[in-house]
Amino acid sequence: MRDMTQPILSVTGLERRYGARIGCTDVGFDLYPGEVLGIVGESGSGKSTLLSCLAGHQGVDAGSVTYDGRDVLAMAETERRRLARTEWAYVHQHARDGLRMSVSAGANVGERLMATGHRHYGEIRAAAVDWLGRVEIAEDRIDDRPTAFSGGMQQRLQIARNLVTGPRLVFMDEPTGGLDVSVQARLLDLLRGLVRDMGLSVIIVTHDLAVVRLLADRLMVMKSGRVVEQGLTDQVLDDPQHAYTQLLVSSVLQV
Amino acid sequence: MSDYNFAYLDEQTKRMIRRAILKALAIPGYQVPFASREMPMPYGWGTGGVQLTAACLVPEDRLKVIDQGADDTTNAVSIRKFFQRTAGVDVTTDTTEATLIQTRHRIPETPLTQGQILVYQVPIPEPLRFLEPRETETRKMHELEEYGLMHVKLYEDIARHGQIATSYDYPVKVEGRYVMDPSPIPKFDNPKLSDSPAIQLFGAGREQRIYALPPYTQVVSLDFEDHPFDPSKADHDCDLCGASASYLDEVITDDQGGRMFVCSDTDYCTTRTGMGHRGRLAEDAA
Repeated sequence: MRDMTQPILSVTGLERRYGARIGCTDVGFDLYPGEVLGIVGESGSGKSTLLSCLAGHQGVDAGSVTYDGRDVLAMAETERRRLARTEWAYVHQHARDGLRMSVSAGANVGERLMATGHRHYGEIRAAAVDWLGRVEIAEDRIDDRPTAFSGGMQQRLQIARNLVTGPRLVFMDEPTGGLDVSVQARLLDLLRGLVRDMGLSVIIVTHDLAVVRLLADRLMVMKSGRVVEQGLTDQVLDDPQHAYTQLLVSSVLQV
Repeated sequence: MSDYNFAYLDEQTKRMIRRAILKALAIPGYQVPFASREMPMPYGWGTGGVQLTAACLVPEDRLKVIDQGADDTTNAVSIRKFFQRTAGVDVTTDTTEATLIQTRHRIPETPLTQGQILVYQVPIPEPLRFLEPRETETRKMHELEEYGLMHVKLYEDIARHGQIATSYDYPVKVEGRYVMDPSPIPKFDNPKLSDSPAIQLFGAGREQRIYALPPYTQVVSLDFEDHPFDPSKADHDCDLCGASASYLDEVITDDQGGRMFVCSDTDYCTTRTGMGHRGRLAEDAA
């Protein structure tokens, strides 16, 4: 068993500037194994900037990011990219950004396996079939291209493609954005099941409070690049302290 | 004689190309950028290969030019004439006599020997191009040896056609390091790339890249464990010379479904016919 008392990801004083403007600043948190951390905030509050900094998609101006005892920012690019295709996963908001649209669904799922040295066609295909089943895509769609899939299916395919190597840490950037409500609900249900079963640690960025209410154990609220409030999800949502969080919570439409 | 400098290019250009060649030989399979010149022929006609040939030629050389294996097709004839005129070197169609062979899409059947140089014309030097259109990204992938994508292509082949359907331009790995595009030679020729005593140079004029295989370099064709590489050819013997192990062209002879298979390497075929070998459709007088 892995040590559950040590944080899998530890962030301190993270800052990213775009010239004189602040992308995000003074962000710090610890993420423990099996924990889901939600990041909410309005558009332009630095959520996505923070996520792409953590995943190493863009540089960082100050602060430190430690993954499993290793300094991510000081890591050689080779090592960081190896992490990114084995122990990490990144689910994009738009499935098109995370999928290879010109190759079949099976190849999309198999790509990470092939990138990590699998060279047995039968096994790769079996893994692809297995994963398509887990994300509720019919097996006979395995040779179809993602262009022939609906938005919800593309998003599920992207999730399958990312989880096939059994990652430990998953970054999700608004995974339910752009999907209709019933498809969102199914996707959330699926995600919740996968997170439980695989014991994933997840950082999920969203502006949808319902999503974090369902998925996240802990919540971080961002505004203008800064973290204004963090705590247990239910606690933050039920008893918001900061004025902005109160505004956010009260802005949810009641049906 | 002509008013051109020997072999058309000026000496400084040849020097620049030779430096790129040396670098390419030092890092087998690595694509070296070079300042490709405009040549008096259109892109796609071998401008890269011609520049390599020009940079390597010396007056003592005997040049052979082939196009799809044949010495007498348009591309081969025009390039051969070009160097006859601008360099005045001897030309030959005999593979064993040639010291420098420029080729488009074939490797001669006759085994090459030490001291020979084989120059390939390459349209698209980047093997990852069709799956990853970004040049910055493919360079990064070569740098970090991230070649999973190459197998995605082969996976797609098997998923769609039940086998690896790539029959030319078949990707190879050089000395366990760089994945290389062998130019559009049939995959039948891929095994000849490996461990060859000759120097093999690849030139892409439009894409401005040179890469190379020094003699006796290990070249492995990529495959899956359960779908191994198969250097296939048409399941026939040559109808002119009876050769059973050479790469064949299919020639339609009438509109009744008549066809014949002949060696694509014309020099190999004529040599064999000269030695008295006869195929199914050979005229005895020939």
